[in-house]
Amino acid sequence: MTNQNGRFGIHGGQYIPETLMNAVIELEAAYDHYKNDPEFNRELETLFNEYANRPSRLYYAEKMTKDLGGAKIYLKREDLNHTGAHKINNVLGQALLAKKMGKTRLIAETGAGQHGVATATAAALFGMECVVFMGKEDTERQALNVYRMKLLGADVIPVETGTATLKDAVSEAMREWTSRISDTHYCLGSVMGPHPFPTIVRDFQAVISKEIKQQILEKEGRLPDAVLACVGGGSNAIGSFYNFIDDKNVRLIGCEAAGRGVDTFETAATIATGKLGIFHGMKSYFCQDKYGQIAPVYSISAGLDYPGIGPEHAYLHDIGRAEYVPVTDEEAVEAFEYLSKTEGIIPAIESAHAVAHARKIAKDMGKDKIIVITISGRGDKDCAAIARYRGEDIHE
Amino acid sequence: MSNIKKAFENGKAFIPFITVGDPDLETTAKAVREMVKNGADLIELGIPFSDPTAEGPVIQGANLRALTGGVTTDKVFDFVRDLRKDITVPMVFMTYSNVVYSYDAERFIKTCSEIGIDGIILPDLPYEEKDEFLPICKKYDVDLVSLIAPTSENRIAMIAKDAEGFLYIVSSLGVTGTRTEIKTDLESIVKVVRENTDIPCAIGFGISTPEQAKKMSSISDGAIVGSAIIKILAQYGKDAPSHIGEYVGEMKRAII
Repeated sequence: MTNQNGRFGIHGGQYIPETLMNAVIELEAAYDHYKNDPEFNRELETLFNEYANRPSRLYYAEKMTKDLGGAKIYLKREDLNHTGAHKINNVLGQALLAKKMGKTRLIAETGAGQHGVATATAAALFGMECVVFMGKEDTERQALNVYRMKLLGADVIPVETGTATLKDAVSEAMREWTSRISDTHYCLGSVMGPHPFPTIVRDFQAVISKEIKQQILEKEGRLPDAVLACVGGGSNAIGSFYNFIDDKNVRLIGCEAAGRGVDTFETAATIATGKLGIFHGMKSYFCQDKYGQIAPVYSISAGLDYPGIGPEHAYLHDIGRAEYVPVTDEEAVEAFEYLSKTEGIIPAIESAHAVAHARKIAKDMGKDKIIVITISGRGDKDCAAIARYRGEDIHE
Repeated sequence: MSNIKKAFENGKAFIPFITVGDPDLETTAKAVREMVKNGADLIELGIPFSDPTAEGPVIQGANLRALTGGVTTDKVFDFVRDLRKDITVPMVFMTYSNVVYSYDAERFIKTCSEIGIDGIILPDLPYEEKDEFLPICKKYDVDLVSLIAPTSENRIAMIAKDAEGFLYIVSSLGVTGTRTEIKTDLESIVKVVRENTDIPCAIGFGISTPEQAKKMSSISDGAIVGSAIIKILAQYGKDAPSHIGEYVGEMKRAII
């Protein structure tokens, strides 16, 4: 779907400081070489299967299906991956690529901490240095993940600028990359930023939809009617959608974080409330004011608390191939509790946004219909925050 | 002829940067007049942006103070309109692509031309993305200033050949901010620039002392200073303009 200049329709591009241009050109050349290299792909597959526990299960959620009384519901269990989320797929790919490029240091941004943990993990495995930038507010919301990253040998830098959340962590990681390029790879965690990142990250995450397709054909002998995933930058969503884009009968539904609602200022639903802009290296949709100042977005989910969306999602939205729907904090928390009680699976609060939307649409779909929800991560990291949301005073 | 060229007709150019509206518009206006009085050859006016990814902590702080004070793109335009009643030195905007894009690029650039802004510097718009704004800039005769970085290497000739106004040579890796030492082999960069264009080039990022300014302008056509001026503003607030004037005078005398 990427055209030659790293564009998805009008979206994407490379809006970055000149200082970084040769770095992204070098990265693109290396990726173009290794993506078709059999040895690289063999190594990556071994890492996926032996280290990250792939393929992840496609689990038939029978109790949830019966309870909702409509479409048959399957859960793509990315939460069962090593490190507890889909983020490891992209990180293993990028870390292996960085190693082949001779880089010895990985830097990353993180929101909920899952991408930071995955990057710290890969750095430990490959014997690389690792520095993770994390909004100060997020280091407090996700204290356990901060400890995990440190345990894995990474330095965690709390970012206090701006809103002290994910967007500021991205800005700070970009600033760090401009100051140290020769030995450092910026392991970007989502399908965003300048070309070639949206393409590289999507390709490494596309394993999710490749497996869903195989697994659903084995189990049901046909493709699903809808695939649902949560969207912040959009990496688990594009990974879940990618191999279905040409299957026009499969609805692709991205669930955005509406925070306290799309009619409030406390929201992170980019497609619902944003407009076209240029930020963090890409043209896409962003939450911003009339003068282009990036909005201080809000979501209960640190991983979806981002004012933009990846350029390929923006394009899929433009051409009407994928739908993007807002889901509020309250709906996500209810879904978090619902999946825990109904299936014994505690989803990440990010993934709970997709579960919430499935609860809305499944009951109105026929029993012969099939929905796949990607559970992008596990919810252990969120338990303390959700307890606080519900008024229980527990601390980690 | 580009008005920017005039900035380089008075010996080596001293180019101060200031974020418009830090801490308020009156202070910025006084500071700009002090700069001009003390020999500034070209003024870089920063339109604040919420997330200035090419800036270090000092200029990030200025952006935040200006936005908190309520500065908007429209207010910056009015501010320049007023300044232009008596200030004739060339002036350029320094901001981020989204500020131009979200205003409607044509409306933004047309306004620049009407109010006497001679060029635009966008640190997040590399050569590959220039066409986003270049055709409109040409239409309204506003120079789109290109940057060259220590990592540009094989790209220097390409960028220099198409450069307009002046070339902004970034002295060091990283973001804006004062530095004790500048290690980049800037002579080699300037040599390639000279082979490919007659457009003047000035060096910025990391310059704060008269000695640094003298050295940088001796190998190029001028020195750009931002963070050191913002630091004076942060220290003195509304009383900063006279201190800024003094500083600019000292820097200009060092490079002539």
